Amino acid sequence: MLEHYLSLFIKSIFIENMALAFFLGMCTFLAVSKRVETSLGLGVAVVAVQAITVPVNNLIYNHVLKAGALEWLGFGELDLTFLGLITYIGVIAAIVQILEMTLDKYFPALYNALGIFLPLITVNCAILGGSLLMVERNYTFGESVVYGFGSGIGWALAIVALAGIREKMKYSNVPAGLRGLGITFITAGLMALAFMLFSGIQL
Amino acid sequence: MSSKLRKVLLDPIFNNNPITLQVLGICSALAVTSKMETAIVMSLSVTLVVAFSNLAISAIRNYIPASIRIIVEMTIIASLVIVADQLIRAYFFEISKQLSVYVGLIITNCIIMGRAEAYALKNPPWQSFLDGFGNGLGYSFILISVAFVRELIGSGKLFGMTILAAKNDGGWYQPNGLFLVPASAFFLIGLMIWAFRTAKKEQVEEE
Repeated sequence: MLEHYLSLFIKSIFIENMALAFFLGMCTFLAVSKRVETSLGLGVAVVAVQAITVPVNNLIYNHVLKAGALEWLGFGELDLTFLGLITYIGVIAAIVQILEMTLDKYFPALYNALGIFLPLITVNCAILGGSLLMVERNYTFGESVVYGFGSGIGWALAIVALAGIREKMKYSNVPAGLRGLGITFITAGLMALAFMLFSGIQL
Repeated sequence: MSSKLRKVLLDPIFNNNPITLQVLGICSALAVTSKMETAIVMSLSVTLVVAFSNLAISAIRNYIPASIRIIVEMTIIASLVIVADQLIRAYFFEISKQLSVYVGLIITNCIIMGRAEAYALKNPPWQSFLDGFGNGLGYSFILISVAFVRELIGSGKLFGMTILAAKNDGGWYQPNGLFLVPASAFFLIGLMIWAFRTAKKEQVEEE
């Protein structure tokens, strides 16, 4: 049992890396990776939000939306799965808002470090993508906790690595047209190729 | 159509392309472009969603309180995406399986939020509709070009029809598997940005 969770954890970090294998959260991935420090802040915020929203959406899916989930209320034949998208995004927006207020009140230092990134996270597709993949693969609650945590870490890992490379690249002489966004795409492509090595691992 | 409206519609295709210049909506550009079919269905849904969300948001822009505008925009966008998702599931079931979660992810496609925030909140409905449509076209242009190259070189086919006969089927063409790997989309878009910026010097980024 533990082995199963452990392999899911490793799989969600490396083999199915959110950023480099599924290309989720690309907009922020490319836009906020200029400096290691800021990307680390964003990475931590993503891990926190992902680790909360995926399990919460899992509970909502299994106990409210799924066909027959509302049987205890006497609506056994009800199938609300078509409301999924709007529910998940609502949950994510609400949790980000609550997290922001909690941090502001109890951990002002952390809030000042993460504050600017939190609103950005609502529209980060890695977060919504995590919830949608969780639903698509029918994860149980336990699995969804592990998956949320692991996929968040994987994304954070990727953005910090990219920021590290970009910091070094300041010293290189890049052709004018490729400067900035262009070379970042090529770098991310090479990183994605490197991460493909992990896909050979059987867990 | 007056020249101003035409500019609103056509500018986003080359001069102010959402993907190559504004860095918006890249996730799906990479993930769904290994085949023409999926790329076209995706482009179509994004174009329609962004056009109609711009229209709806612009129509009620004077009644949305600034503090909750993000939630209001999200709700409108999510409802439109649900409609698109259900339509694709109903009429293109096979493709919807291949697109998997990426249709749902149109909600968080930054093109849609970005255009709602940057344009629809400040401009009248008809113009916003055209702006959304134009940005959708700019997005589709990149998506379909990337998919064209990837499907042709990666498997020698277009829309699933054989163009270059592959060696495995007794032809002469050795398909380049690299182009089927999603990482190749990074390179292709990177190169396209290079081409765009070489043609239009004013888009080059300063260090």
